Amino acid sequence: MSNTGFEILLNSKTWLRLIEGLWVTLRISLITVLISVVLGLILGIIASRKNLFGRVLCRVHLETVRIVPQLVLLFVAFFGLPRLYNIQISAESVAIMVFAFWASGEMGDLVRGAIISIPPHQTQSGLALGLANRQIFTYIILPQTVRRLIPPAINLITRVVKTTSLVSLIGMVDVFKVGKQIIDFNRFEYPGGAFWIYAVIFFLYFAICYPISKLSRRLEKRWKI
Amino acid sequence: MDMNFILDSIPIYGKAAWLTLWTGAAGIILSFVTGFICALVQYFKIPYARRVVGMYIELSRNTPLLIQLYFLYFGLPKLGVMLSGETCAVIGLTFLGGSYMAEAIRSGLESVEAIQFQSGLSLGLSKSQVTRYIISPQAFLTAMPALLANAVFLIKETSLFSAIAVKDLMFVALYQLGNVYKTEEIFLILIGFYLLILLPLTIIAGIAERRMQRVKYGV
Amino acid sequence: MALLQIKNITKNFGDVVALDGVSLDVEAGEVVVLLGPSGCGKSTLLRCVNGLEEINSGEIIFDGNNITASGTDWRLVRQKIGMVFQSYELFPHLNVLENIILSPKKVLKVPAEKAVREAETLLARIGLSDKIKAFPRELSGGQKQRVAIVRSLIMHPRILLLDEITAALDPEMVREVLDVVLKLAKGGQTLLIVTHEMEFAKVVADRVVFLDKGKIVEISTPHEFFNEPKTERAEKFLNIFKFDNANI
Repeated sequence: MSNTGFEILLNSKTWLRLIEGLWVTLRISLITVLISVVLGLILGIIASRKNLFGRVLCRVHLETVRIVPQLVLLFVAFFGLPRLYNIQISAESVAIMVFAFWASGEMGDLVRGAIISIPPHQTQSGLALGLANRQIFTYIILPQTVRRLIPPAINLITRVVKTTSLVSLIGMVDVFKVGKQIIDFNRFEYPGGAFWIYAVIFFLYFAICYPISKLSRRLEKRWKI
Repeated sequence: MDMNFILDSIPIYGKAAWLTLWTGAAGIILSFVTGFICALVQYFKIPYARRVVGMYIELSRNTPLLIQLYFLYFGLPKLGVMLSGETCAVIGLTFLGGSYMAEAIRSGLESVEAIQFQSGLSLGLSKSQVTRYIISPQAFLTAMPALLANAVFLIKETSLFSAIAVKDLMFVALYQLGNVYKTEEIFLILIGFYLLILLPLTIIAGIAERRMQRVKYGV
Repeated sequence: MALLQIKNITKNFGDVVALDGVSLDVEAGEVVVLLGPSGCGKSTLLRCVNGLEEINSGEIIFDGNNITASGTDWRLVRQKIGMVFQSYELFPHLNVLENIILSPKKVLKVPAEKAVREAETLLARIGLSDKIKAFPRELSGGQKQRVAIVRSLIMHPRILLLDEITAALDPEMVREVLDVVLKLAKGGQTLLIVTHEMEFAKVVADRVVFLDKGKIVEISTPHEFFNEPKTERAEKFLNIFKFDNANI
């Protein structure tokens, strides 16, 4: 039993440190989500307007974050900014900047999709009933848009949480890095620790993301038209 | 901008791009096979297997690829299962991609109306013939944009393979970043190669999406 | 012995009784038309005969075999009992010819050239030879439904079930489809038809079966049924289709 390394999980310090690391993960995710929601709403509204310049700009942004891997974006910002422009910022700020750059593009696309999915005769039938433009927006367009937007937007949160796992690769001490440190520290005492630590981290992520994606799907089902 | 450095580096990156490409392609193909099997299990509501598939999809979709790879590459050897970096990479990508492909194919299958199935049966075709000749072709057509989008997503995810010592594009770039101070050039080559792989795929995906919309909504 | 014998069958959907002790014989070469208000169970009856719904009790005998017994190979039965649906259900990814020859090729293992020749003959008979390479989305509703009929006919079914095949069509297309059915009836094809086209039923039917609330209310010749219905319910049903000032 002593060489399976399972004992590493019986140490309360292990858990304490993992939770500490998890907090870093969650903090970055939370800030990223908040920024992305605000930026995404703005980008989405611009992208669904008739203004060609704004639309093209949003499109270029979206295609960039869709094509370039997040890890590449992360490294470009992390190594590129200090070396090329002599800007010194913390790894956490870089991570949040890059993730928000990516997630706001995705969020913007969700917002745009929700807005343009409302068929034009919804507005027309509102007009036919004698409603004013503002009333049509408040009572007809907005509620439908929100219902279409919320489920995928919640799902985007799980994608952000999963993506934050990359920060360990630019040296941040998140749950991953903590796991690695614990494994390295106990290399001789519990050589089998890696299996258990990574299994725990696997399920920690699952424990966070599963309820969120479940909520997203439940709302989607409930609000299905 | 050091042009000579860029030209000298291209063969190294070419080799790495090949690794990115084949591990990605293998992962995508295996993901597709896994996804198709899972989707059929869910579509036909096969008892027990359906639960297993449901559990797999949740686990796969709600955990990051990085932990899946670490578990395979660093965790499993502790149980005596030693796999090469490339093998772990392909297995990890398949574990991740299988669920995405499954969802795309399942919604494709479900988009074919039940009465199409019945009308196939009423012609005397067997269940498996109906699935093969009538339901699947329609399902794949509908699912094509989502399948291609998944392929783009999976190729992008291969950039994480560098974390388990697979010498892909990202790995070579990181190695050079640590050894030569040519930041601009390295990023230029790196992004260039990713674009070379992903841009054609993205364009095809876009065309497929537009064509699908035409088939669906117009003549 | 009748080709198709439906014996006292019942079918429930949860608490709803769709068919409540229905018995009916259809002789070979006969054309039977099922009439009745919507929700009376007539479509359910057709679907039961083709094994698309499982019955709760009773039995269906086809060509001397109990096809509702457990262990029935519906695949074999369906080769002899064709069905055409209200919504055509052509396969959108296959062209007209491929739609028609799929089942003879895969089920009866007919050589491709032979299936193609027969498909060409059948298409010529319904006047759609020029559409042989067309895809379903390029056809009008009436053309689609004619192709769907041919797709069933090529299997040489002993009996053909037609489930409201003109209900989804524009009025001007109803005629071209019904003409095809009328030709089939004259040619001796056994038909079990659900329809709302009263004038057509009058002409095509050997017998009219009137269903209401999952039960057969009366069976008569078309002449009797349309001129002097035996039951009050049938008379009421027929009155719906009459427009005169008395109703308004």
